[in-house]
Amino acid sequence: MLHYIGKRLLHLIPVLLGMTFIVFLIIRAIPGDPAQVILGQQASAESIAALRDKLGLNNPWYVQYFDYLKGILTGDLGESLRTRQEITTEVWPYLAATFELAIFAMILAVIIGMNAGIISAWFQNSWFDYIAMVVALVGVSMPIFWLGLMEQWIFSINLGWLPTSGREEVRDPVTAITHLYLIDTLLQGRFDQFVVSLKHLILPGVALATIPTAIIARMTRASMLEVMRSDFVRTARAKGQKMFIVIYKHALKNALIPILTVIGLQTGLLLGGAILTETIFSWPGIGRYIYEAIGFRDYPVIQSGILIVAFLFIMINLIVDVLYTVIDSRIKYN
Amino acid sequence: MKNKFRSLSLFLLLMLSIVLVACNTATKEKEGGTTSETETDTETDTTTTETQENTPAKPQILVFGRGADSVSLDPAIVTDGESFKVTQNVFETLLNFGPQDTTIQPGLAKTWEVSSDGLSYTFTLEEGVKFHDGTDFNAEAVIKNVNRWKAGTAEDFYYFNSMFKAEGTDIITDVKADGDYKVIFTLSRPQAPFLKNIAMSPFGIASPTAFEAAGDAFGDKPVGTGPFKFVEWKRNDSITIEKFEDYWEEGLPKLDKVIFRSIPDNSARLNALNAGEIDLADGINPSDGKGIEANSALQLIERPSMNIGYLGLTNTRKPFDNVLVRQAVNYAINKQGIVDAFFEGRAQVAKNPMPPSISGYNDEVEPYPYDPEKAKALLAEAGYDGAPIELWAMPVPRPYMPDGAKVAEVIQKNLEDVGIPSKIVTFEWATYLEKTKNGEADAFMLGWTGDNGDADNFIYTLLDKDNIGSNNYAYYSNDKVHDLLIAAQSETDENVRIDLYKQAQVIIHEDAPWVPLAHSTPLLAAKAEVKGFLPHPTGSDRLLNVSIE
Repeated sequence: MLHYIGKRLLHLIPVLLGMTFIVFLIIRAIPGDPAQVILGQQASAESIAALRDKLGLNNPWYVQYFDYLKGILTGDLGESLRTRQEITTEVWPYLAATFELAIFAMILAVIIGMNAGIISAWFQNSWFDYIAMVVALVGVSMPIFWLGLMEQWIFSINLGWLPTSGREEVRDPVTAITHLYLIDTLLQGRFDQFVVSLKHLILPGVALATIPTAIIARMTRASMLEVMRSDFVRTARAKGQKMFIVIYKHALKNALIPILTVIGLQTGLLLGGAILTETIFSWPGIGRYIYEAIGFRDYPVIQSGILIVAFLFIMINLIVDVLYTVIDSRIKYN
Repeated sequence: MKNKFRSLSLFLLLMLSIVLVACNTATKEKEGGTTSETETDTETDTTTTETQENTPAKPQILVFGRGADSVSLDPAIVTDGESFKVTQNVFETLLNFGPQDTTIQPGLAKTWEVSSDGLSYTFTLEEGVKFHDGTDFNAEAVIKNVNRWKAGTAEDFYYFNSMFKAEGTDIITDVKADGDYKVIFTLSRPQAPFLKNIAMSPFGIASPTAFEAAGDAFGDKPVGTGPFKFVEWKRNDSITIEKFEDYWEEGLPKLDKVIFRSIPDNSARLNALNAGEIDLADGINPSDGKGIEANSALQLIERPSMNIGYLGLTNTRKPFDNVLVRQAVNYAINKQGIVDAFFEGRAQVAKNPMPPSISGYNDEVEPYPYDPEKAKALLAEAGYDGAPIELWAMPVPRPYMPDGAKVAEVIQKNLEDVGIPSKIVTFEWATYLEKTKNGEADAFMLGWTGDNGDADNFIYTLLDKDNIGSNNYAYYSNDKVHDLLIAAQSETDENVRIDLYKQAQVIIHEDAPWVPLAHSTPLLAAKAEVKGFLPHPTGSDRLLNVSIE
């Protein structure tokens, strides 16, 4: 197992190099002088020269790329042009906000999606199956903007159960330690604030989970149906095993690989930040951070934001690959 | 393997029950509450505040919901309204604008005198004023601020450069102290709007001790003399400021704390107001106005209008290089129809490039009526060949234009009716501005909100040939207009100045570089309990007198 993980990590090196190179090109691919484009038409010659110097644009490209790599390896992602802060320190609160929401949404999506898929497969062609699959179809094509506003209207304004937006009750703010508020509030022993933070997660979490839930449900159903036709399931049934055990233990384990692939992909997507959900629920996540950087032509932030998101995606893929071998010991990579 | 599976399912079960518990407590509180309005309001507060609602001990906290976060809290270097909204309450300027207009009022300076040649301004400062960090406010502090602005680059100190520098040279040649509480500004040439300029939010006086120590980071820990001092900034989320106990004006501010929350979507922001999470919301859609007026728990607040939304016709591009075609487009567009349909009547049809509230507005200019026949005749006379044009629609709602895309559709139809085929084009906002600035659009929708209520800040800024490549997006250039505007800048006799602007507006009307569309009234909404909030036409509101009852 360790041997395998080590090998996979080695394989990552060319992938990461390729990725950093593409991200590196983002600024350099701007037609004309990037410094001029960033600063605008009115910029004075001195400030353009200063920015060129700061971005290292006067060096040959391979020197620039090497410097860039060196920066990344030492945790230096550059400085935001808009806020003049180090991106390395500035980005974490956004990333933490996205992380908390994405994980919460994926937990919902996995619990609901997998169970719906399993039950649909178990009782194929039953009313549950039909309803679940119609709901899943609707879910896949759900306009998140509309769904989010509807949730707010029903659960916040009419029922008054949940807050409409944000991460905390601003009149009683959470003191950030890790910026993962569920953890911060518990660390400070503020169980009341923990509940408030959790409540703030529910509406955006549900909106964000909608599409992954639907995709996971459909994939689970398809994969389970295939497995349930195989001989070992019939054998297990013939031995008198309970249907529940057969499905949740034997069949599910064998159906899990494609489901896991989908879960991995969806998690990666959610960690990239969901701009629509973050906008409707004013969630200060990485998606809006990058999106707003685009509006301000803040190239270093765009570059680093994409780098981080791409890196997370690759890591999730790695984890999924490792999990394959945990689930199915026949899978070996040589 | 079996164990792993069991612990996984246990974990999932645990997570599910936490979610259920959370929902459950929410339901209980709901049952315990009295009415749903107050209930949602205090739901997340501790229950003690609910019982003490009427005692004066309850801290006065205002949560202000707005569309975007601030860029920086150093007023000298920012240009966005969302930054000024906060700095206006942390910093103070030598002079203030009136509560809801742009008349000049005392600020940190109690009195001021202008020399007869208009080249020297003497300000007498308030005494006993302190910055939040304890530094004394005096003549020396003012001088240090002005020197900081003067030393800054054009990109960093945008407003100082555009207001107080002409082609890179300083208009303020000298600032000196006369005793501790008198400052004398010497100008290189008379500047008519000098006092209005100095009252603008970017010229808030900052603590010299603080900005010298902080350098570039001053925007993260601003220190001024204002009624509120900075507490915390959670980026893209909230900015908190609290009452400055040693504020120099007795009994003010009334609020203990103000929290600015960024809620980007207009509908979501109104939802947050309805749910009681925020007390005041900016950027209300005109279409939501009626519903808010009908709701007794809320109040609708109109910001006095000081803006213009227009359709620019790039004067250097075909077919708009021909003045007859530009006039034809002015006849072709049904402006009243647009105002009725998309501003819900909360706007005034425009005929000049600046709003009527501004001194120098020429009301004698006859607007182009909606007359498609006349437009067709003019197009024929101009020899317009029917070549299609691109019609650029702004991608984001602005105070002066709530729904660019829909208004563009109406304009497209109006143009088609007189025989000008057009294609609607749009870009992401920063790209949109950049491309129009470069003159790449044929016809484009844009607008402007005034900074200081001076005619110069509309006509010169938006239509003088000096500002081509900057805010003169239409590439309009007329030497006669230019001469009038330059003369007006240094004219100190108000009546002569008004006359110069009136003349310029007549020429601009004939040249028709734009189709002026509307002067809108931006809307805000607040809980009924919010008292004393007076929105300012510039968009930077002082929250000094606001209270919650």
